[in-house]
Amino acid sequence: MARITLREVAHSYQVYPGGETDFALKRIHQVWEDGGAYALLGPSGCGKTTLLNVISGLLSPSRGRVFYDERDVTVQSPEQRNIAQVFQFPVLYDTMTVYGNLAFPLKNRGLDGAVIRRRVEEVAEILDLTPQLQSKAAGLSADAKQKISLGRGLVRSDVAAILFDEPLTVIDPHLKWQLRRKLKEVHEQLKLTLIYVTHDQVEALTFADQVMVMYQGELVQVGTPQELFENPRHRFVGYFIGSPGMNFLPCRVQGDAAQVDGVGIPLDPEIAGRAAAARGALELGIRPMFLEVHQAPAEGRIAVRVKTVEDQGSFKIVTVKLAGYSLKARLPEGRPVPEAEAYVRFPLDRTRIFCDGRLLS
Amino acid sequence: MEKWQDNRAWLLILPVFVIVAFSAVVPLITVVNYSVQDIFGPGQRLFVGTEWFREVLGDPRLHAALWRQFGFSALVLVLEIPLGVLIALAMPKKGWGVSLSLVLLALPLLIPWNVIGTIWIIFTRPDIGLMGAALNAMGLAFDHTARPLDAWITLMLMEVWHWTPLVALLAYAGLRAIPEPYYQAAKIDGASAWAVFRYIQLPKMRGVLTIAVLLRFMDSFLIYAEPFVLTGGGPGDSTTFLSIYLVKIAVGQFDLGPAAAFSLIYFLIVLLFSWLFYQALQNVGTGANR
Repeated sequence: MARITLREVAHSYQVYPGGETDFALKRIHQVWEDGGAYALLGPSGCGKTTLLNVISGLLSPSRGRVFYDERDVTVQSPEQRNIAQVFQFPVLYDTMTVYGNLAFPLKNRGLDGAVIRRRVEEVAEILDLTPQLQSKAAGLSADAKQKISLGRGLVRSDVAAILFDEPLTVIDPHLKWQLRRKLKEVHEQLKLTLIYVTHDQVEALTFADQVMVMYQGELVQVGTPQELFENPRHRFVGYFIGSPGMNFLPCRVQGDAAQVDGVGIPLDPEIAGRAAAARGALELGIRPMFLEVHQAPAEGRIAVRVKTVEDQGSFKIVTVKLAGYSLKARLPEGRPVPEAEAYVRFPLDRTRIFCDGRLLS
Repeated sequence: MEKWQDNRAWLLILPVFVIVAFSAVVPLITVVNYSVQDIFGPGQRLFVGTEWFREVLGDPRLHAALWRQFGFSALVLVLEIPLGVLIALAMPKKGWGVSLSLVLLALPLLIPWNVIGTIWIIFTRPDIGLMGAALNAMGLAFDHTARPLDAWITLMLMEVWHWTPLVALLAYAGLRAIPEPYYQAAKIDGASAWAVFRYIQLPKMRGVLTIAVLLRFMDSFLIYAEPFVLTGGGPGDSTTFLSIYLVKIAVGQFDLGPAAAFSLIYFLIVLLFSWLFYQALQNVGTGANR
């Protein structure tokens, strides 16, 4: 077990990278605490897997250093780093039994037969694989295979961290939930450092204590699910997390209000002051959950046209038109649904201003 | 979906029936026909029952040819399959080396079979051949037209040179199809190079190696052109394989009856062994028969 530190790490798949765009990882400077459950969240192609492979040692980064505790492991192999990794598709040794698969990493390290047997049986117990220990691994279902891949990591009692690269992609939806719970259990029981790569926000938010959102080779925000939801530090986080994502309106700031195509939206004076001083393209952002929709006009409410209403079961999504822009609002069940005309209010404490995609705070 | 019944659908598969009938069924039945009759000429025939089969099965020259044939095929498999896999493992995985090695490997496969025989006759000639003359100059008497062992060595060299590339190409295709995470997982599990080969590469090549073994067995068991051109079955009978002997009976002596009976037995042996190889390779290491 170890605390993992990446110092000024950048990676390019090209031998002679030119500009910023040649880098799959731009500048990662981050610490993963020992025993934490982390999720790396981001869209396909954002560099999640590259980052994971740099941590595991399958890739050596073009720049920067990797530390496990105080040990510099930048040029060490995954085996030397003593890491375990579970891949998107289950990787099995087809000709071996489940037992053989689980024992394989220990046999390769030349451990004593009795020790191997004890460890394998312990891990099989944790993962509910005991009944299948003597069957051939090739014939099992996808979720059992994925548990075996995980088990090959767990058998090594001194493993530094377990890395998951979208491990639930090939699992049936109802089993996904079970397997995710199993992972959480394993984490609580063994207190291992887990790093979990996914592009599914539900998976990330339910699994991890800390979620790291990646976008175009950068970690744009690291925080608890709540922090990411309430205070997205980057436009991308607002858009990517939450369903539907944050509303964004290009705006100018005059006095204590944001001007969106001639419509004034009141702002917190402090934020307005900072926005007035900022250089760059400004955008106003608000979560659909926090945008209030009313049927009657009042002070601070802005008249909008209702375009569509989607019923999502326990809530409704109302799409309204403000100036030239569409806004989504989330209406709890039971609230009256406005028809053609509505009035929206932007609560001061929930309205955010982004400058060139980054939060002003 | 509703099921349609329409007998006109038979018309659609009729062409296949016709082609298969004329390319396989009719010739086969003709052979069966010959194998139970004594044919003196057009319209002059006599039903002889199993006489030709008994004659052929009791022929000591045929027994010798059969054992020779098994020996040849066994050597071919034992030499070419491991060698082909080794070559595939050693081949570059990316870059310009891939195309180059693929082209070099494919070259022997592009040469017509009888030309291959001719190339090796010249190559091994004791007077002017590069290999033959070189060996003789070093004091090693080498002449495949006079010494059975030399004939076999030449034949095996030619065969390995000609057909190992096929095994290598198949094995290479199988190796390239293994997804990268298998190697990454093996690295993480601390597997040695031998363990990677034994537990990842070899099992993943099962499919292509099955095809390689079947193709090499069938081709080598039916081999005709190369040894015919190179040695003509000699010296003596030492490289007379089944098909060479078969052609001697059928064309040389015009004994159509025994040749037909022999053909049928030959066909059944190939079929039987191909099936055995297929079953063995599909099941080995999967625990299916435990």
